[in-house]
Amino acid sequence: MYKYDDFDEAFVRERVAQFRGQVERRVDGSLTEDEFKPFRLMNGLYLQLHAYMLRVAIPYGTLNSRQMNQLAFIAEKWDKGYGHFTTRQNIQYNWPKLPDVPDMLEALADVEMHAIQTSGNTIRNVTADHFAGAAGDEIADPRPVAELLRQWSTDHPEFQALPRKFKIAVSGAENDRAVLRAHDVAVQIVEKDGQRGYRIFVGGGLGRTPMIGKVLRDFLPEADLLPYVEAVVSVWNLLGRRDNKYKARIKITVHEHGIEEISERVEQRFAEIRPSFTGVDQKLFAEIKEHFAEPAYKSSATDAFDAYKAANPAFQSWADTNLAEHKNSEYAIVSISLKSHGATPGDASSEQMRTMADLALRLGHDELRISHEQNVILPHVHKSDLPEIYNTLREEGLATANIGLISDIIACPGMDYCALATARSIPIAQEIATRFDELKLEHEVGLLKIKISGCINACGHHHVGHIGILGLDRAGVENYQITLGGDGTEDAAIGERAGPGFSADEIIPAIERLVLGYLDIRDSADETFLQTYRRLGMEPFKAILYPEKAEANAA
Amino acid sequence: MPRAFTPKVITANALLEGDAIWFTENNEWSRDIADAELITDETHADLRLIEAQAFADQIAGAYLADAKQTENGPAPTHFREEFRTRGPSNYHHGKQAEA
Repeated sequence: MYKYDDFDEAFVRERVAQFRGQVERRVDGSLTEDEFKPFRLMNGLYLQLHAYMLRVAIPYGTLNSRQMNQLAFIAEKWDKGYGHFTTRQNIQYNWPKLPDVPDMLEALADVEMHAIQTSGNTIRNVTADHFAGAAGDEIADPRPVAELLRQWSTDHPEFQALPRKFKIAVSGAENDRAVLRAHDVAVQIVEKDGQRGYRIFVGGGLGRTPMIGKVLRDFLPEADLLPYVEAVVSVWNLLGRRDNKYKARIKITVHEHGIEEISERVEQRFAEIRPSFTGVDQKLFAEIKEHFAEPAYKSSATDAFDAYKAANPAFQSWADTNLAEHKNSEYAIVSISLKSHGATPGDASSEQMRTMADLALRLGHDELRISHEQNVILPHVHKSDLPEIYNTLREEGLATANIGLISDIIACPGMDYCALATARSIPIAQEIATRFDELKLEHEVGLLKIKISGCINACGHHHVGHIGILGLDRAGVENYQITLGGDGTEDAAIGERAGPGFSADEIIPAIERLVLGYLDIRDSADETFLQTYRRLGMEPFKAILYPEKAEANAA
Repeated sequence: MPRAFTPKVITANALLEGDAIWFTENNEWSRDIADAELITDETHADLRLIEAQAFADQIAGAYLADAKQTENGPAPTHFREEFRTRGPSNYHHGKQAEA
């Protein structure tokens, strides 16, 4: 894992000291809210419906046990004993008090963490495949690339006042687990003729104008990464629509100017600035890579795992659902579900965080990941340790066997917390999960991704949910629109709106109808919801969702 | 045609805790909307908002929110403002836990 050098350490400490002074001046009245707001946002502090909210960056979703324990400590000491993991691999605290925030930031700095650039019109936390470094299908661990981009983008003087926020994701595999195509810029590690390089996507994004990212360069040589990405951001920095915040994201710039023109401008800018990158970045990249050396894998028999699986059906169910293939065949990648039925998606209590940290330290090479699907990953677990992991998780309510299933729902905080929300998301997620648990159907239904956003900004990724739910305010009442057929993987697609929205009372029965209806029309138990949708299109699903209308049409 | 003015309260977040607060007739800030001044006149509303915003070292982000008169005093008319009087629905936190 990357370790702060003296420069990083000094920079983060200095920012904490500055913010401490700014908070003091706000509290004593020398700064107005208008003056203070940009400062607090630069440090990830939002003002929400009921309280402040502190958003802490977890670079590329990677944590060690010490950091996870510190997140638990912060939640306990200055918040209400829990944290909320987000779709951008961050953690949010929902109840900090303004005078405590500098101490919280100091506590974060103690474990090489901060909340810088988690808000504002800057380059935000760089995200990555949560199976990075462990997945069998990757060309290389994407995290050194993400760390290089993080260092380059943090406090970059040219990019502190961009037209709008800018999100970068990185992956090292063809199977896209990082929603690359929904990012402003995405970097995919590829190989061509034995040479390593990058495929660069641009102009993806969700929100009110969802767009699938386009390939800007199919193969970029490794050494050109920073100048090229800098060229992309600087072209947009000049062209981006500062006159209209709804048109300011790079997806609109790409859409308005066309990918060819953007590409020409980027190449031109790239040619200008390339000579100024004299290789320091590549030296730094080489150093960063050393921080991400593979763990010292142990090697021992795994038959105890197989025996335990055969003897314990609950463990087998968990293993079948929550384990993914590791590149080392004696190992597994463990996904810890933060979606126990009826709980708030992405929330973990301090005790749960400590349990996960302890397991990572003892049995997981001291590594944890946060996934954009709001779960926690232990990327490197020897199979012989899985029974102990499972039993420990079970005691803390962390062994729900539902990864990728209908109750593994992404939900933004919605109007239970967020000042921007137009409706609640969390209760909808809780009720859907509870309902399908009662029906005991979720394993039969199989792979199905439901994603819920409480407003058009789409933090809950509803556009790329197989079933997307968007909460809106319709004439003063919460109303939920359903989209179908979205996909956040390498086959990315934006979901299509099914029809009129549903009230809060109607949405759970509507989802139940939809899923039961799918079971009737799928061609076999192996055909997923998304595959059935792709085979049959919207019409049969519409008929299921709106039976009265279908009857009227038939009459 | 200009829209008819609907009754309003002035609300904000407390500077230190971020908790929802409402502006009273006595120029104080209350944690309970029932104590708020219900404003029925648009000109008066604009003036009171300016006066409310002067409490810069106690509050953040004052705005006018729709409200109605009830037996117990002013109450919200929109669900967003209703949530602000209560707290989140997933945990017993916020105002509902303090009552």
